[in-house]
Amino acid sequence: MASTAPPKAGSARKAPVRKTMTGKAVTRAPRDVAHEGFLNHRRWRWAKAATILCVVVIAAYLLADPIPRHNGGTWLGYTLGTVGAGMIVWLSLLGVRKRVIGPKPFSLKGWTSAHVWLGLSLIVVGTLHTGFQLGWNVHTLAWALMMIVIGSGLWGISLYAALPERLSANRGELTQKQMLEAIRTLDRQLDTAAQPLGGDDAALVQISLEQCRIAGTLGQRLSGNYARDGNARALGAVQDRARGRPDNDPMQQIKGLLERKEAALAQARRHIAMKAQLELWLYVHVPVTMALLAALLAHIFSVFLYW
Amino acid sequence: MTTYRIAIVGSGPAGLSAAAHAARLGLSHVLIEKTDHLSDTIYKYQKGKHVMATPSQLVLRSPLDFGAGKREAVLGTWNEQTAAAGVTVKYMAEVKAIVGTGDPIAGSVMKIVTRKRDGTSETKEIQRHAPPYRLTLTNGEEIYADTVILAIGTQGNPNLMACPGGDSAHVQYQLDDPSDYSDEHIFVIGGGDAGIENALGLCADPAQNNKVSLVNRSADFATAKDANIKALMAAQSEGRISVLAGTTTKAIEPGFITLDTSEGEVRLACNRVIARMGSAPPRGFVEGCGVEFASADRLAFPTLSATFESTAPGIFVVGALAGYPLIKHCMNQGHDVVEFINGNLDLLPADEPILEAKFAELSGRRSVAEWLEILRSSVSILSGMSPLQMREFMLDSSVRQVAAGTVIFERGAPGSSLFGIAQGEVLVEINPADPSITVPIPAGSIFGEVGLISGRRRGATVRAARDTIVVEISRTAALKLMSQVPAAAREITRITTMRSLLQIFKSGLAQGDLDGVIAGAKVETVRAGQAIITEGEHGDDIFIIRSGSMVVERTIGGKPVFLSYVPAGSYVGEMGVIDGGARTATVRAAVKSDVIRLAGEPFRALLAAKPQLQEKLRTEMASRTRVNQFIEAKKDSFSGVVDMYTGVANFLVEQGLGEATDVLLIDEKLCVGCDNCEKACADTHDGLSRLDREAGRTYAHLHVPTSCRHCEHPHCMADCPPNAIHRGPTGEVYIDETCIGCGNCQRNCPYGVIRMDKVPPKKPWLLSWLLFGRGPGPGEASAKWAKKNDPAYAEKPKKAIKCDMCSGQEGGPACVRACPTGAAIRVSPEQFLSVALMGRDDS
Repeated sequence: MASTAPPKAGSARKAPVRKTMTGKAVTRAPRDVAHEGFLNHRRWRWAKAATILCVVVIAAYLLADPIPRHNGGTWLGYTLGTVGAGMIVWLSLLGVRKRVIGPKPFSLKGWTSAHVWLGLSLIVVGTLHTGFQLGWNVHTLAWALMMIVIGSGLWGISLYAALPERLSANRGELTQKQMLEAIRTLDRQLDTAAQPLGGDDAALVQISLEQCRIAGTLGQRLSGNYARDGNARALGAVQDRARGRPDNDPMQQIKGLLERKEAALAQARRHIAMKAQLELWLYVHVPVTMALLAALLAHIFSVFLYW
Repeated sequence: MTTYRIAIVGSGPAGLSAAAHAARLGLSHVLIEKTDHLSDTIYKYQKGKHVMATPSQLVLRSPLDFGAGKREAVLGTWNEQTAAAGVTVKYMAEVKAIVGTGDPIAGSVMKIVTRKRDGTSETKEIQRHAPPYRLTLTNGEEIYADTVILAIGTQGNPNLMACPGGDSAHVQYQLDDPSDYSDEHIFVIGGGDAGIENALGLCADPAQNNKVSLVNRSADFATAKDANIKALMAAQSEGRISVLAGTTTKAIEPGFITLDTSEGEVRLACNRVIARMGSAPPRGFVEGCGVEFASADRLAFPTLSATFESTAPGIFVVGALAGYPLIKHCMNQGHDVVEFINGNLDLLPADEPILEAKFAELSGRRSVAEWLEILRSSVSILSGMSPLQMREFMLDSSVRQVAAGTVIFERGAPGSSLFGIAQGEVLVEINPADPSITVPIPAGSIFGEVGLISGRRRGATVRAARDTIVVEISRTAALKLMSQVPAAAREITRITTMRSLLQIFKSGLAQGDLDGVIAGAKVETVRAGQAIITEGEHGDDIFIIRSGSMVVERTIGGKPVFLSYVPAGSYVGEMGVIDGGARTATVRAAVKSDVIRLAGEPFRALLAAKPQLQEKLRTEMASRTRVNQFIEAKKDSFSGVVDMYTGVANFLVEQGLGEATDVLLIDEKLCVGCDNCEKACADTHDGLSRLDREAGRTYAHLHVPTSCRHCEHPHCMADCPPNAIHRGPTGEVYIDETCIGCGNCQRNCPYGVIRMDKVPPKKPWLLSWLLFGRGPGPGEASAKWAKKNDPAYAEKPKKAIKCDMCSGQEGGPACVRACPTGAAIRVSPEQFLSVALMGRDDS
């Protein structure tokens, strides 16, 4: 019997112990097969939870009549502050949660859903916690940062709602790697096709080959205008020169190749731009969250220190 | 004239080992090798390829050493030890014919049936003669030997250039290193994968300055892989290669080649011809020696005795040609066959301990040979096998003694093995609601055949009626059995037909009731896309889908509309029998499928005799009609929705969902391209992702990424030398650690979901990445990082890796769990290809 001791419990990465088929009808690990997005996850479970939370908080705010007035220092203010701070910390942990994938059941979609809806309810919880006593101080700084985080989150949701469909339509069935490979292939074809050309004409092809940047400069990326890029300039000049030349002239072939490259570039640029937008909002959302956590700490610390 | 005691043909692992052993025993021998080096198949492996030594539990008996290691090390050891053992090797010697020179053997005639392309066949009869044998070489030389060991493998010989000048010195049939050639006009003949890959290799580096042309007989490249064709077309449009399709070679002369193109004959400058026109399997040559094969099946192997002796006395067959693809098996057989020839008939095969272990738990203290004989004589489908076949069969099978009442398998369990009852009796629980209703299956018969044929989950729970001995036959072993013993194949087909009828039409039918129906039953294979029932036609045949799956369509408003998906184990066409009249819908195969066609007439008689069966059919028919009416009603009001439904369903069927059991789908209306699915996959599986999110086909924003579908009959399992691919207890298809990295599964997978790679070292803890930026972060680490952080990485062997459906992980598929937006789902085709799909756009 000793020889059949179970394998030593190793690291988490160790492959699970395989059982050969036993003839038992082993039920599969339960999984989410519902075709729902993160907003309506489990039939809007977290939207409902967030709504209930808001209704309860607003009702409490209206029913309570603290002396002299609503602020963070009343029993309701402390409660809302504690709840709000707890939620902020928990919501910010999504960034860690999404990177820890163990074997245990969990749904990142569920986490995202809760993150979005509970995050939105913070507008109510956080604002009522202030009792509308805003000013130029570290306390209001925390509130303002929170609103910026929520605002950038809303921006993110709007991008998540609109862009995926366009991203998918733009890429067709190409992968990003294939798009870039297609441009390189066109470059090689241009290089071959330019061999019989004279110096002047060849110089134009050279512009497309050497002065074309796929992503372009920061200005081009922001404006989406690539008219000054090498390939666009080369194409414009070649179109001028090819006009009137016979169909079998090498310049006509060059023109065709440059046009194809321009189309391939446009597709790749749209792809990269949309992928960038889908991440861009996080460059506001995440750093401001960090600042918010720091401001929150300062806010809590100062409240208890100078009370 | 010297007559050797043993002539060994082929110097692969089996032949080499036999020759070395013969040399050690001092037997007069000659090893005949057609090339100028030993072990050509391994010699041709790419440089530095890691050769594995599975199965590890098998002891090595060969006089030559063999352990896992690099190709060069393995070959080096063999070369040294062969020389040290004093083996007589004859290089550059190809055997053309082997004939006995003794007296004719009375009654021993070899019949060779050649099938021609036009369907006719020709039978040639050869009278066998007693040894000694004369081996004629292609150069005319003759060698005489008392016994011959054929160890030529299954590679065969390349098809030769038949045109004038085809034997010129500058015509070659292999390309070892494309970088050896420069400044040449090279013609590659043959548009298969080998030809295309060679041609691309020759023109890959412009600095070599080769003018490469690819000549293909037909206008298209039907046999080549898609990726290869694309690469070829790209190279052509870049002007790196010229492709001559629809062209044949007319003549080859020094410096020139004459081609017959579609536009007439051309004579072109040519310094080298590389002919890659496929190879002829060695079967023709082997049969010509008087060695009989078990059947006409393409997969069949020669019929051998327990001592590897073929039907030609004195000719022995070992190694891959005998059906053993693993190096270790081959080497052991080389040793054993020489022992047998030397008179040691008591030698037990090297696998004896493995078989002993298989029989160890059975009571009765019998020897392996006795147990094999008991199984062979008691299980009807095994009766046609030879003792050697039984041994081999048993290696892929297992035998179990089960106490009365023990469950052998449960309803819903995955499993594609077949069971034979050697002793005792089993009971099939035909009603899931009431386990007390059972049907007995007696000793000698089989069960579990539905799983074997359809690849679907077990349809009923089976338990032992009393103390029972069952032999569990793996799918591989069962397929081998069916190809080697035609009677077994027929018996299995008969039983499956009857049982699937009983299972489908449960209502109180007995086997006797079905005799009339089964007598007219025919098993037919249907191509993907082929219709078995066509709308509007008359017919009353009923079809049972044995394997594969079908789609049902109906023409509404001039367009075909998808109605439903019918998996294996169901039936179609019953409306024709009950209502008569024209067919109301078209049923076509989603993938290559097997169906049982039952004639309508005997079936109608059965229905007349069994009113409750008719009632059951009517109920099911009514529910199918309701679905059809629902879709038709929708078509009137929302024709766009139904068109979309049909389009999506057809797209998914084209993507191979018809044979899938579980498939990853991505809704690109939700996917933000974060690749968290790939990262989660890598982080839960040794740091290597088994899915490529972006690659794959898309239709109406529904994306089928490159990820395993866990096919009913996995293509990857078809040709795995160490038999390392299995179906696990939750239905997942996985590769175990005995993988030898040969890449067969990768080549066989039509969906490209298997990759060959090495396991990277462990990454630092996530928090240390998050806080201090140590390590590569979540997801798959780059090979560069792996190389830097693991000194042994470069030397690690590449193995096949694929999705295992996250089996063993409580949470289920990590890709789905890790999707932040709900874009990724993993579903079975029945779950997804239902009317519910129509609501996709409403939500």
